[in-house]
Amino acid sequence: MKYYDKLIFELSREGRTGCSLPSKCDSCAGTDAIPAGLRRAQPAALPEVSEPDVVRHYTALSQMNFGVDSGFYPLGSCTMKYNPKINEEIAAMPAFAALHPLQNDLPGVQAVYEGLDRALAAITGMKHFTFKPCAGAHGELTGLMIIREYHMSRGDMKRTRIIVPDSAHGTNPASAAVCGLEIVEVKSNAGGLVSVDDLKPLLDDTVAGIMMTNPNTLGLFEKDIREIARLVHDAGGLLYYDGANMNPLIGTVRPGDMGFDVMHLNLHKSFSTPHGGGGPGSGPVGVCEKLVPHLGVNVSGFNGNFGVMLRAYAYILMLGRQNVKLCGKLATLGANYIKESLKDVYRLPLTQVCKHEFVFDGLTHDGSCEGRQGATTLDVAKRLLDYGYHAPTIYFPLLFHQAIMIEPTETESKETLDAFIGVMRRIADEAASDPGILQGAPHNTPVSRPDETTAARNPILKFQDA
Amino acid sequence: MSKIIEGLKYSDTHEWVKVEGDIAVIGVTDFAQKEMGEITYVDCPDVDDEFARGEEFGALESVKASSDLYCPVSGTVAEVNDAVVDGPELVNADPFENWIIKVRMSDASELDSLMDADAYRAMIGE
Repeated sequence: MKYYDKLIFELSREGRTGCSLPSKCDSCAGTDAIPAGLRRAQPAALPEVSEPDVVRHYTALSQMNFGVDSGFYPLGSCTMKYNPKINEEIAAMPAFAALHPLQNDLPGVQAVYEGLDRALAAITGMKHFTFKPCAGAHGELTGLMIIREYHMSRGDMKRTRIIVPDSAHGTNPASAAVCGLEIVEVKSNAGGLVSVDDLKPLLDDTVAGIMMTNPNTLGLFEKDIREIARLVHDAGGLLYYDGANMNPLIGTVRPGDMGFDVMHLNLHKSFSTPHGGGGPGSGPVGVCEKLVPHLGVNVSGFNGNFGVMLRAYAYILMLGRQNVKLCGKLATLGANYIKESLKDVYRLPLTQVCKHEFVFDGLTHDGSCEGRQGATTLDVAKRLLDYGYHAPTIYFPLLFHQAIMIEPTETESKETLDAFIGVMRRIADEAASDPGILQGAPHNTPVSRPDETTAARNPILKFQDA
Repeated sequence: MSKIIEGLKYSDTHEWVKVEGDIAVIGVTDFAQKEMGEITYVDCPDVDDEFARGEEFGALESVKASSDLYCPVSGTVAEVNDAVVDGPELVNADPFENWIIKVRMSDASELDSLMDADAYRAMIGE
């Protein structure tokens, strides 16, 4: 792909226009209608470009990006499922698109919120949801604030500790720290699940609750969840469910039935609304019946991003009660298919049946030998870019040194999965024979390996000549 | 198998200490650099900064994660190794040669609470 980094202003040529406007308008007052003091002293500095210039410029910029519309995106823990275009059509309807954020009380808007609340409650086993949180981690913070309020409303001021497994998403301890809670880590056992034996001694009357992801970040179902829920509840704590990994459970298992009291959902993951730069995100929080009085915690000025709720609601209604159950099953089938097809060339530390995602621990043969460094997980990920794939999540979870976390989602065909498996095998072959190919990758992208640390530490945030 | 040098002192947070008079030369162990993977940033304190034993004095950032550095002995920073700040990969290349800071110790008896090579080898299970 050709590298393109021009600014629209660099294309500007004096006098060039995309359309011609009449120089004088007889039926309006023109600038005379604007008080002299409010008129521009100088014309606005706008780029002067033709229509094809504009179209080609923005098309070229869009091609510098990679998204689910460009290709397979097996980014573990992110559920990069395809975003159906019908959602966009509905969100673009003028009656929705022209709404002001303060028009929340219009009956049509209310109907969408109420309908989505009912649907999500049915899917999760929660009683009601708040739609204010604007992203997953924002939802985590909201959920923890609800837990804290619940304990304080009972006059129980001692509960300042929150238990977080060592396999948790990094946002869990971060959100707990922002909420002012003390984080206590519980270890995973050899099978990659939360150790009930390690959990027991941590439970006392200072525990506000436990944050869990199920299936966890290794893609494994926490089979002891009912036992864990009983232990935590007996100790007076609550259970928080991190909904990042909800996708494989939709229509099959409900967090409410597992014993969770509070949870968030990432509508941009499980419910097909756009991610990241295409967002905005949405992290609604659901609670069980006894926490409904605390659902009103104020975490944002508006009732979330309405356009995102609308897309998620459209997605659920389009699938319907029966088909929504297929999402999790197909996502799980796809993940296990890739795992079994690659486990001879990538190390698989945990061999049991996974849910929607799984973790390899690097290459079986990384090509290292006397005097030659082998290929790492980072090198595999960079090489995948050369073959036109988005890289999987790497070096997470931290339980394995060379972690590669793959999540295919249910929207990919067997042909897509087979093509990806073929490329992963080819990369493993390359590593074994000549790891240098991987260490120099990517070779075919507009930018190779950027200096991420310097970019993060000393970012250049405005245009400047090189 | 990680390299461990006899005669150095080791902390349970994977720093090594080499004593030169009242100066403690401090770096991270081979085990630590292997765990971290390719190191991309070394965050160092300024000369004359004061640290208590066990206090965080800086951080290493790698392609995998960010990890805090803890001062194994109390004292003031006498020197910072600018070479590793400019070239973080030096820590991977030779973590014992490429020290991070030198600290003028305020209480040399604290050295007694650190591990010797054998104890450190046992701790990391190698």
